[in-house]
Amino acid sequence: MVHKKNKETAAPVSGNDVLSLAPRILELLQGVQQLELENFSMEIGDLDLFIPSQNFGNSPNHSSLHPPLLKKPTEILRESFQPREARYPGQIREVVLGATKAQGGSRAHAITIGGSTTPAYADALIPPAHPPAISLDVFDMKVSLPKVLRENVAEVMEDPAEWARMNVKKFGADIITIHLMSTDPLFLNTSPQQAAKTVEDILQAVDVPLIIGGCGDPKKDAAVFTEIAAMAAGERLLLNSVTLDMAEAKTLGTVAKAARDNGHVLLAFTGLELNNAKELNRRLYEYIPPEQIVMDLTTVALGYGLEYSFTIHERARYAALMGDTELAHPVISAATNAWAAREAWMAMAPEYGPRELRGPVWETVNALTLLLAGIDLFMMMHPASVLTLRDVIHRLGSKGTTAPPPARDWVGARIS
Amino acid sequence: MTDGMAQQAQRKKSIREISPIDVYKLLPKTNCQECNESNCMAFATKLVNGELTISDCPPLHMAEYQAACSDLGLLLAPPVQAVTFGTGSQKCTIGGKYVLQRHEFTYHNPTMIAIDVDDLMSDEDVRARVHRIEQFTYNYIGRTLALNAVAIRSVSGDPVTFGKVVKAVAGTTGLPLILCSLDPAVMKAGLTEIKDRHPLIYTATDKNWKSMADLALAFNAPLVVHTDGDLALLRSLVKTLNACGLTDLVLDPGTLAEDGLPETLHALTTLRTAACRDFDELSGHPLLGVPLAVWTSEEISMDVLKWRETITASILMSRYADLLIMHSLDGWVLLPQLIWRFNLYTDPRKPVSVEAGIRTFGHPGKNSPVLITTNYALTFFTVESDIKAAGLDCYLIVADTGGLSVESAVAGRYFSAESIVSAIKETAVEDLVSHKTLIIPGLAARLSGETEEATGWKILVGPKDSSGLPQYLKERWPPHPA
Repeated sequence: MVHKKNKETAAPVSGNDVLSLAPRILELLQGVQQLELENFSMEIGDLDLFIPSQNFGNSPNHSSLHPPLLKKPTEILRESFQPREARYPGQIREVVLGATKAQGGSRAHAITIGGSTTPAYADALIPPAHPPAISLDVFDMKVSLPKVLRENVAEVMEDPAEWARMNVKKFGADIITIHLMSTDPLFLNTSPQQAAKTVEDILQAVDVPLIIGGCGDPKKDAAVFTEIAAMAAGERLLLNSVTLDMAEAKTLGTVAKAARDNGHVLLAFTGLELNNAKELNRRLYEYIPPEQIVMDLTTVALGYGLEYSFTIHERARYAALMGDTELAHPVISAATNAWAAREAWMAMAPEYGPRELRGPVWETVNALTLLLAGIDLFMMMHPASVLTLRDVIHRLGSKGTTAPPPARDWVGARIS
Repeated sequence: MTDGMAQQAQRKKSIREISPIDVYKLLPKTNCQECNESNCMAFATKLVNGELTISDCPPLHMAEYQAACSDLGLLLAPPVQAVTFGTGSQKCTIGGKYVLQRHEFTYHNPTMIAIDVDDLMSDEDVRARVHRIEQFTYNYIGRTLALNAVAIRSVSGDPVTFGKVVKAVAGTTGLPLILCSLDPAVMKAGLTEIKDRHPLIYTATDKNWKSMADLALAFNAPLVVHTDGDLALLRSLVKTLNACGLTDLVLDPGTLAEDGLPETLHALTTLRTAACRDFDELSGHPLLGVPLAVWTSEEISMDVLKWRETITASILMSRYADLLIMHSLDGWVLLPQLIWRFNLYTDPRKPVSVEAGIRTFGHPGKNSPVLITTNYALTFFTVESDIKAAGLDCYLIVADTGGLSVESAVAGRYFSAESIVSAIKETAVEDLVSHKTLIIPGLAARLSGETEEATGWKILVGPKDSSGLPQYLKERWPPHPA
């Protein structure tokens, strides 16, 4: 920060200070405007900015140090700059999630994702067709969450509908993901009817579009998705997910038909392998229009292989824009997978800072990195990460609407 | 693109379009094997893949091949020039990029991270801060990640003050230095103190370029070229400085954080695209990003400023910055940068998986624990690094999960009771130990029942993260008899 005269010494912050500040990071981020207005009125005299002297005419005589071999220019040799136009033959399909009453559902708004015509943020003149959307997670059974995540939602963890409501009202979720983990035959083996009831409760509790997460068992998920697809006909749910395992278990067609007949969208999940992603999509095209398919190419945590996710998304997006229609679908990222990294949740030596900050930073960096690779829809958890991502998406999407702020002199600035 | 840029595009070939034959034609073709390859064609293939360099072919550097050697250098030169600053083993090489996207080839020369000191700090504070910069490290899958350079800012505007601090820093550390001042008189005072340290000069502008060019030539130092987002002016300055005889240039289109972030992101992307797609030589220099710029805002919360610096740094690193100047020394700010840098600069052509099979750690005996994990490279390296760090004596079965991590492999049924049965069988681990107890990863806990049935082994559920293994084994091994 710019150092203010006679206020706040430049003493380095100790580990304890940071720790005491840590829980406030969310408030601080939310209150940025207020803090500035309340506590800081800027006057020129307040700032210790160094303004460089402009007496370039007084430069020392260097020619004696190094006799010039070339005839040096005395004026700037003027060149233009014409950046290449980023025009691609392909375009990412638009997919609509959620449906309003008029559209046959009960959501307050539908959300459209996709539609990109360039790699993400590659062309200054072409903002994303639709800003990436953010979904927040809800689980239908007690799960073990890292402490830093748990404390934000501890009071609602027993009640998925309440949890969903909190995610929308308090944390501003565009979309809610309900993970029906309890349906796993190896856990509680909850019935498809019970799972449908949970989804129904959430549809009542919130009016945003929903993502329905299964347990990963190709047979059980098919039964659960089919039941829910019929129960919530017309709501344009995103069923998370369908896999090649389902094709092998011969349940893929059942789910795809249920989604088609009841107007839902499928999330096609594959593990960091574009040939598999294409194959799964080809199988789905037999049942459902491509405008009802979103891809999950797998999100790995920073430090645990995020680079593979980054590169698979860059490759997929580039191939799609170059004309590979089998990859021209919007993509989702489970940024919450960042919390698998020990650096996100583990208590570490003091020099690495408190996990109250490391955790949300990990989720944020995971999401931002993949935002640059073209993600259209994020599944997230930590409120500070959600706030930051939303902020960056807004800034990056509004280029050209306002003049850029003037550059400040960082070379001569006093910084505490 | 301009005519000049179009001509470049015709002359230069992308690394992906260069075939081993193109390279072979320029080699001595004697199959002398001095490079330890079986013949010149094999050498050419490795050269194109970036596995070997021109200097690995000794005969090529003899007088008779001078022309071919020079042509080969031009053919294989990266569209983004490499620039080096600092000296000795810690010197920083930045740029040297061949491609826009990592998967097109691989990224070379990881983004270097410099931390600032300024010339109004006390001698004691400067030394303490430089020590902290040098000592900040993190052990990641067996590698030590560290910071790379010190940027010294002239806040005083006074040449004598600046010179003193530059001298103090240089006397404290061997790390490469970046001298930051727009005033040539101040810059000269700094450079004079460290004539043999080959520092990076920040910066030439449209106002001071003549004097800064003279200094860069006189002290044989690489030079940053700065404009406030004006890319035409940036190209103009590069051309002008080239005409002065300077080629070791670094580009700084100016870092704007927060509201200005889109401008900065687009400037870096546009410059790197022009270099790697259009082979524009004037754009073909390493790029500088300055996350430190967030600290000039009116924001008063330190944590918010550090948070912003973290975000700005990670975005700039993903989007082509070859050098970052930062201010925060907090671990939670730097850790994601150091790890993401390491990841981003791994070779994407290398497989995601390691070979399945059994690994032996320390000196295991008949009663030592048997662990199992998946063959995803980073999973394996993490577990391996934790076992080695703790000095454990054990066997580790690496199951073939198609290169998926434990969590993904369990979800995708690649890591299952059946695959564990076949891993036990294929590794013949029964011959190595006299017990039948297997420790599975905590993230695979749900497999324990079915695996016990399928294998006939007693299954223990280990920690979710392998960092917990030493403690786990201390408490749970040997297992109590049933």
